[in-house]
Amino acid sequence: MNKISLIIAREYITRVRKKSFLVMTFVGPLLFALLIIVPTWLATRDGDEKVIEVVDESGLFKTVLTDTDEIKYSFMNEDPDALKQSLEGSEYYGFLYIPNIDIDNPQGIQFYSTSKPSLSVIGDLEWGIRQKIENIKLEKSGLDKQVLDNLKANVDIATISITDQGEQESSSIAATGIGYISSLLIYFFIFFFGAQIMRGIIEEKTSRIIEVIISSVKPFQLMMGKIIGVGAVGLTQFLLWTLLTFTITTVLSSVFGFEPQAANSMVNGQPGMAEVQAAAGDQNEFAKIMGAIGSINIPQVLFFFLIYFLGGYLLYGSLFAAVGSAVDSEVDSQQFMLPVTLPLILSIVSLGAVLNEPDGSLAFWMSMIPLTSPVVMMMRIPFGVPIWQLLLSVTLLAGGFMFTVWLAARIYRVGILMHGTKVNYKVLAKWFMMKN
Amino acid sequence: MNILVTEHIHKSFGDFKALDDVSITIPENTIFGLLGPNGAGKTTLIRIITQILMADQGKVMFHGRPLELEDVHRIGYLPEERGLYKKMKVGEQLLYLAQLKGMSKAEATKKIKAWMEKFDIISWWGKNVEDLSKGMAQKVQFIATVLHEPSLIILDEPFSGFDPVNANLIRDEILEMKKKGITIIFSTHRMESVEELCDHIALINKSKKILEGPKKDIKETYKSNTFNVLHHGKVNGLPADFDTLSTEEVEGAIHSTIQIKSALGPNDLLKALISQVEVHEFVEKIPSMNEIFIQKVQEGGHE
Repeated sequence: MNKISLIIAREYITRVRKKSFLVMTFVGPLLFALLIIVPTWLATRDGDEKVIEVVDESGLFKTVLTDTDEIKYSFMNEDPDALKQSLEGSEYYGFLYIPNIDIDNPQGIQFYSTSKPSLSVIGDLEWGIRQKIENIKLEKSGLDKQVLDNLKANVDIATISITDQGEQESSSIAATGIGYISSLLIYFFIFFFGAQIMRGIIEEKTSRIIEVIISSVKPFQLMMGKIIGVGAVGLTQFLLWTLLTFTITTVLSSVFGFEPQAANSMVNGQPGMAEVQAAAGDQNEFAKIMGAIGSINIPQVLFFFLIYFLGGYLLYGSLFAAVGSAVDSEVDSQQFMLPVTLPLILSIVSLGAVLNEPDGSLAFWMSMIPLTSPVVMMMRIPFGVPIWQLLLSVTLLAGGFMFTVWLAARIYRVGILMHGTKVNYKVLAKWFMMKN
Repeated sequence: MNILVTEHIHKSFGDFKALDDVSITIPENTIFGLLGPNGAGKTTLIRIITQILMADQGKVMFHGRPLELEDVHRIGYLPEERGLYKKMKVGEQLLYLAQLKGMSKAEATKKIKAWMEKFDIISWWGKNVEDLSKGMAQKVQFIATVLHEPSLIILDEPFSGFDPVNANLIRDEILEMKKKGITIIFSTHRMESVEELCDHIALINKSKKILEGPKKDIKETYKSNTFNVLHHGKVNGLPADFDTLSTEEVEGAIHSTIQIKSALGPNDLLKALISQVEVHEFVEKIPSMNEIFIQKVQEGGHE
C-alpha cells in the first residue's frame, strides 16, 4: 500500500474509533434537532387556558374581548371589590375592571392578578380595547370605517431575479438562510478540524514518535496524510450529522405531529426558518418560501459548498499544521493562532455587510481573496454570482491552498525536529529559508 | 566490503556548520561506534544517513551505490528522541510502523508475533501504549527498529533510559544481530559500551571527524609504551630510557607506572627491574577508549 494512504488510514481509523467521535456524532444531531424542534414546539403548543373575569361598566367591549385558544373571558355583573377579594385562591387568571370610561380620555382600566401577568396577555387586552375605542372615535368623527379600510394598503413585493433560465420568483429570506448556514458550517468545520490537525502534530512531537516516522516517510507525506485523514473524518462526521439530524427531526416531528413537509425542508439546508414559518400557521407564506428555495440553484449551491468546504479546509489546515509543527505544546500555539484565525473571524464578522450588498465591492473582494472566500462566497452564491467570478474565486482558492501547503511544508519539515526552541516569526522565516 | 560510506559531507544550519567535510567508512558486519561529545554533529550525520536531512555537499554510498529513497526500507533507526503513539495499541502500532517500512501486512504480523514471543510480551498485543511502563515501551521501540530485517541498524544512545535488565537484553540482541551479518551503527558517548561492543569507531568533535578506524588499531596507536608493575622492594634509580610516572605503596607492595622513552622494549625494562626488585605483576597499560576520547576532544579544544 502507498505510504500516504497508510498514514491517511491511520489518522482516519484512530479518530473515528475514539469515544469522543461517537459521542459527537450522536449528540450533535440531537442538539441540532432540539434546536429545530423546541422553538417550534414552544411556538405551537397550546398554552394553559387562562380565564379572565371582566367587569365592564361601560358595556362597550363585550364584542371585542372574544374567547381565543388561550384566553377565555367571563363577563360578570358583580361588585368589583368583592371579585378583587375573591381572586386569590380562585382558578381565574386575573380580573379586568373597565369603569364607565370617557371615550376621549379612557382612564381607570385595571387588571388584577395574583401573579405578574404575562406581557402577551396584557398586549392582547390593550390591543382589543384600543381597537374598540378607535372605532368608536371614528364613527363619532363621521368617517365611515369602510372608507378607512379602503385606504389601507397591503404591500408585498415579490422579488423576481432574471437569470438565464428566465424569470424566477426568489426569496431573499431563503437565500439568506442558505447562505448563512453554509458559511457558518464552513467556518465551524475549518476551525474544529484545523485544530485537530494541529493537536495531532503536537502529539507526534511531544510523544517523540516523529523522528521514527520520518525515517520511513517524507515529512510532506506525513503532513498531507494527516490533513487528508482528518478532513475525511470531518466529512464523515458531517455526513452522519446530516443523515441523523434528518432522521431525528423526522421522527420527532411525527411524534409531535408537525407537518412532515416542514422537516423535509432540512434537506434543502433550510431548517429553522421554514419550519417556524410553517408552524406559525401561515401556509401561504410557507409555500412561497418552499417555492423560493426551489428557485435557488440547489445543485450549484451544494457543488460549490463542497469545493469551498474542501478548499478552505486545505488552505487553513496546512497553516494549522505549520503552527503545530513549530510549537511544543498547545499553550505555545496561541501566539501563532491569532494571525491564522483572524481572516476567518473577519469573514464571519463581515457577513452582515456582504448580505446588505451581495454584489458590492466588499463582497466581491472578500470572495476573491482565498483566506476569506470560502466563508464569504458561500453567503453570496444563493443570491446568484456571475460564473466568471466563481471560476476566478475557485482558481484563486486553489492557488491559495497550493501556496499555503508549500509554505507550511517548508516550516513543518524543520519544525517537527525541533524541541525546546523558543520560536518567533524570525525563527519561522529562518526555517522557511533553510535548505533541506 | 563497506556497507556505508559518506564522502565529504557538509551540512550547515544557517550560520552554524553542523558537519564539516565528514567522511566515514563503515565496513559490513561490524559494530561501528559513532562517538563524540554532545552537539558534535553525530545526530545530524545520522539524520543524513536516514535521509531525514539532505547534505549540502558530499554523498552517501550504500552497498556501493548512491543512497536512494527506497533504502529507508533496509535501514532501521532508533532515534535518541524516541516514542510511540500513546493512544494506539501495541500490535497495531508495530504493524503500522512495519508497513511504513514497506512490509506487507501478513508478513509484518508474523514477524511481530515472533518478536513479541521472543521478548515474552505477546500478551501486550492489545494493550494501549500509554498503559506500558517505560521499559516495556522501549522493548516495543526496539522491535519496531529491527522488525523489517534491515541490513543496517542505527542506534542513537540505545541504552539511555534502559534499566540494567533491558539494557542487557538489548546488548545480547545487538551481538546476535552481528552474528547474523547485520551492521550496526552505534552512536553514544558512553565509553564502557563502546569498549565492550564496538569493532570500529569514528570520533566526531566540533563538526569534524577527528579519528576513525578499527578499535584495536586505534588503541595500538595510542599506546604510550607504559607498563604497570607490582613489585616488592624499592626501585633505586632506572636508566634514563625509563621514566617512572608514579609509585604507590599498597599493603606492603608497590605499584609503579613506568614509561619506556627510547626504542627499548618491555623485556629491557623487565631486566632492569628484576635486578633491583621482586616483580609480581607486569602489564602493558592499554589506553581505554575513554582516555583516548578525552585526550582527542581536549586536543581539539586547544586548537
